[in-house]
Amino acid sequence: MIRIENRNSSSRLFKFSIPIISAVVSLILAAIPLAFAGANIGEAYFVMIKGVFGSVFAVSEMLTRATPLIFTGLAAAVAFRARLWNIGAEGQLYLGAMAAVAIGTGVLDINGFFLLPIIITFGCLMGALGMVVPMALKTRFGADEVVTTLLLNFIILIFLQMMLEGPLKDPMGLGWPQSAPILDQGMLPTLLTRMRVHSGLIIGLVLAIILQIFINRSIWGFKLRAVGENIFAARHAGIGVNKSLLGVAICSGALAGLAGVSEVIGLKGYLTADLSPGFGYTGIVVAMLAGLSPIGVIAAALFIASVFVGADSMSRAMGVSSYLADLVVAMSLICVLIGGFVSNYKLTFTKQKKVTTK
Amino acid sequence: MSAQKVLSLRSLSKKFGSVVANDDVSLDLYVGEILSLLGENGAGKTTLMNMLFGHYLPDNGEILITNKSNQMEQLRLGQPQAAISAGIGMVHQHFTLAENLTVFENITIGVGSLWALKTDKKKAQKKIADIIERSGLVVALSEPVGRLSVGERQRVEILKALYRDARVLVLDEPTAVLTPKEADVLFDNVKAMTDDGLSVIFISHKLREVLEFSDRIVVLRHGQKVGEMLTKDADEQSIAKMMVGESTLISKRVNIQVGNPLLSLEKVSMKGSSRRNRLVDISLKVHEHEILGIAGVSGNGQSTLAELISGLQKPDQGEVVLGTSTVKKLNPKVIVKAGIGRIPEDRHKDGIVGNMTVAENIILESLSEKNIQKFGFLNRGSINSIAEELCSSYDVRGPGIHAHARLLSGGNIQKMILARVFSRNPKIILANQPTRGLDMGAASEVERRLLEARKNGSGILLISEDLDEILRLSDRVLVIHSGVLTEIENMDREQIGLMMAGESL
Repeated sequence: MIRIENRNSSSRLFKFSIPIISAVVSLILAAIPLAFAGANIGEAYFVMIKGVFGSVFAVSEMLTRATPLIFTGLAAAVAFRARLWNIGAEGQLYLGAMAAVAIGTGVLDINGFFLLPIIITFGCLMGALGMVVPMALKTRFGADEVVTTLLLNFIILIFLQMMLEGPLKDPMGLGWPQSAPILDQGMLPTLLTRMRVHSGLIIGLVLAIILQIFINRSIWGFKLRAVGENIFAARHAGIGVNKSLLGVAICSGALAGLAGVSEVIGLKGYLTADLSPGFGYTGIVVAMLAGLSPIGVIAAALFIASVFVGADSMSRAMGVSSYLADLVVAMSLICVLIGGFVSNYKLTFTKQKKVTTK
Repeated sequence: MSAQKVLSLRSLSKKFGSVVANDDVSLDLYVGEILSLLGENGAGKTTLMNMLFGHYLPDNGEILITNKSNQMEQLRLGQPQAAISAGIGMVHQHFTLAENLTVFENITIGVGSLWALKTDKKKAQKKIADIIERSGLVVALSEPVGRLSVGERQRVEILKALYRDARVLVLDEPTAVLTPKEADVLFDNVKAMTDDGLSVIFISHKLREVLEFSDRIVVLRHGQKVGEMLTKDADEQSIAKMMVGESTLISKRVNIQVGNPLLSLEKVSMKGSSRRNRLVDISLKVHEHEILGIAGVSGNGQSTLAELISGLQKPDQGEVVLGTSTVKKLNPKVIVKAGIGRIPEDRHKDGIVGNMTVAENIILESLSEKNIQKFGFLNRGSINSIAEELCSSYDVRGPGIHAHARLLSGGNIQKMILARVFSRNPKIILANQPTRGLDMGAASEVERRLLEARKNGSGILLISEDLDEILRLSDRVLVIHSGVLTEIENMDREQIGLMMAGESL
C-alpha cells in the first residue's frame, strides 16, 4: 500500500537538486519521441550537445536565445513570489518592443548615450503599464489577474498588428507589416564581433543579481515575500498589501517590457509581429524551474535556451521536428512540479500486516 | 462500567523525524467507561488517537478491539476504513459536515456503496430514530446542517459515529465550542450512551470537566503515559502536576485603580449577513490598568469586533476613539502605529507567515523601525540579535530563529506572537482567544504577561470563550451574543453562562 505523508522538513540540498534532476529527466524522456521519429538516439543527443556547445558561435547563439528568457523569467519569478500570477509577460514584452520602435526609429535623433536610456525607460514604463491595468482591475473589482493578463496578451497582439499596419509601419518596407529600423545609435552594442549575442544579456544578469539582493535583503522584498506567503498575516501586521502588490506588478511588467526592448534594440533592429516565439510563456517555465529565485532564473534560462538551440540544430541535421524542444520544456516543467510535490510529501510503501485472531 | 475490555492499545510508538510523538503508550478501555485522556499540547494525545483511527501508522505496537463475538482481535493499522468498521468513531474538534446537506444526508453519507442505485431510506431513518431515542441526541433530520447551531452540529457528528455502529467514541475537546449549558446537555447525553454500552475516550484541557464527567483518567506527557487513576481518587492539583511535571504558578491578580480611557468604541454597528459578523450599537471603553473581558460563545460577533479593532474592517456606523481622538482612517497600519498590540484569534492565518523565518516573523510589525532597517534594507545583524533575545526571554523553543515559523508547535507560535506584541510595549492590547489550544504551561505564561502589562499601565481587551479565564483575569466583563454587548454587574458564573446562551435577564 502506498501512503502519502507530510515531510516535516526538506533539506536545502534536496530543494536544490530537484530542478537539476527534472532537467535531466526531461532530456532523457525526450528519447521516447525521438525513437518514434525514427532517429538514432545517441547521434541525436550528440548533435544536440554539439549544436549548443560545439563552438563559440553555438554558445553565443544559445546566450542570445537565453537573454529574453532571463527577462521574462525574472518577470514571472518576481510576480509569482508575491503570488501575483502574471501570465501576461508575452503582451508586456510586445508593449516594450512597441515603445522601443516608437522612440528609437527617428523621433528622437540624439546621441546614443541619451537615446538608449530613454528607449529602455520608456519600454519598461509601457511594460509596467501592461501589468498595472490588470492590477487595478484586481484591486478595484477583484478580477482574477490570471484571466485578465492572459487575455490582454491577445488584445495587445492585435493592437500590435494594427500598429504595424498603421502608425509604426516602415514606409520603406515594401508593404511588409514591420516597423522602421532602429537608429544605429539606438542599438545595444554586441558583445563579440560577428556574433549576435548583445549587451542585453549583461543587463539581464545584473538585474537578476540586483533582484536577488532586493528580494532577500530589502524591506520591499520582505513585504513582497510576506504578502506572497500569507496575505492575511501581512495585512494584519500593517503591511500595505495593495501597495506592495502594485510595486510587484510594476516591476514584473517592466521586466517583461525590457525583454521586448532588448530583442528589438539588441538583436532584430526592427519590430515584426513574430518577434517573440512565446518568450513570455516560456518565462513562466523558466521561473518555475528556477524555484522563483532570480539567480536560479539565469541557470534555468540557459538550460531552456540550450534545449531550443540544440533541438534546432538536431532538427536540421537529423530531420526530426524542432517541436521536440517544446516537448522537453513542457516535460521539464511537469518534472519540477512533481519534484515540488516530492519535496513536500513523501511516499511510503508499507506491507500489509496479516490479521491474526487471538 | 464493566470489567470487560473493549479496546486495548499496546506499546504504541510513533516518531516524526527525530521527534518522538508517542513512546510505548499502552492503555485499556472498558465497556461503558468514560476515559479522559489528558495532556498538554504536544503531549501526544492527537497522535495516539490518529493511530487508533488509522490516520497514522504506528512504528511499533498493536491495537486490539473486540469483534462482534466479543473476542479481542487485532485491528489493521493505518486504515481508517478498518477502524470505522471495527466500531471506532471519532468526533473531531473541527466538524466534518457538509453544510448544504441535511442532517439525515450527513449521517448516512458514505455508508452505502458508491454504486448502489438506491438506498433504503426508511430503514436508515428508523435506525437513526432508534439511536436518538436511546441517546437523547435530538436533532431535526430534514434540516440542512448549515442552519444548525454548533451544539446541534456536534450532535450530528456523534450520531454519524453511532450510525456506523461505533462502540468506541473519541471526543476531541468537545466542549471548546459549547456554552456551559450546552456542555451539560452533551455530558448527559454521553452518560446515557455509556449506560447503553458505549465506551468513550474524552480529550479535554478543562480539568473541571474531566473530574466531573469521566470514570478514569490517563495522563500523557512528552509522548509517554505518566499517570493513570480512577477519577474518584484524583484532584485538580495532582492531575495538573502530572500533566506539566511540576505545579504551575497561577498568577495572582492584584487590584489596581484604573486610569484614563485608551480605547473606546462609540455606538459601533456592522451590518453583516449573519450573527457571526454583525455588531449592533456597541459601545465600550478600555482604560489604563484594566482588563476588559468579553465573554461569549464563538461566532457571536467576536471575530468582527476583533477585526474592527485590528483595523481590518471599517465600521458601518459609529466611531473608534484612541485616547481622545477619533480614528478617521481605520487600517492595520494606523493601528500598528498607534501602538495597539494584537494577539489574533487564528494565529496560523493572521499571526504568522509560516514560510518565513522565526526572526522575520518577530519583526513583521516593526519594519519601519530604525534598528530593523538601514536605507530600506534589512539590518540582519540587529534583527538576529533582537530575535535571539526575544526567543530566549519568551522561551520560544524550536529549531532556531532561522527556521521557518511553521515548524514551531502551536504553543511556541503563540509565544513568538507574544514576543512580537509585548516587545513593542503596546499601550493597548487586543487578546483574542489568546490561550485557545495552548497547554497549561503556555496558557499561564500568556495570562502572566497580560497581567504584567496591566500592571504597567496597558489597557487590555480580552476576548475569550474560556469563562474561567475571563473571570480570573478581567476587571470588568461584557457578554456578547448575536452582536449585542451587555455589561455584567456582578461576576456570577451562572448568570454569565445564561447570557452567553442569549437569555436576557
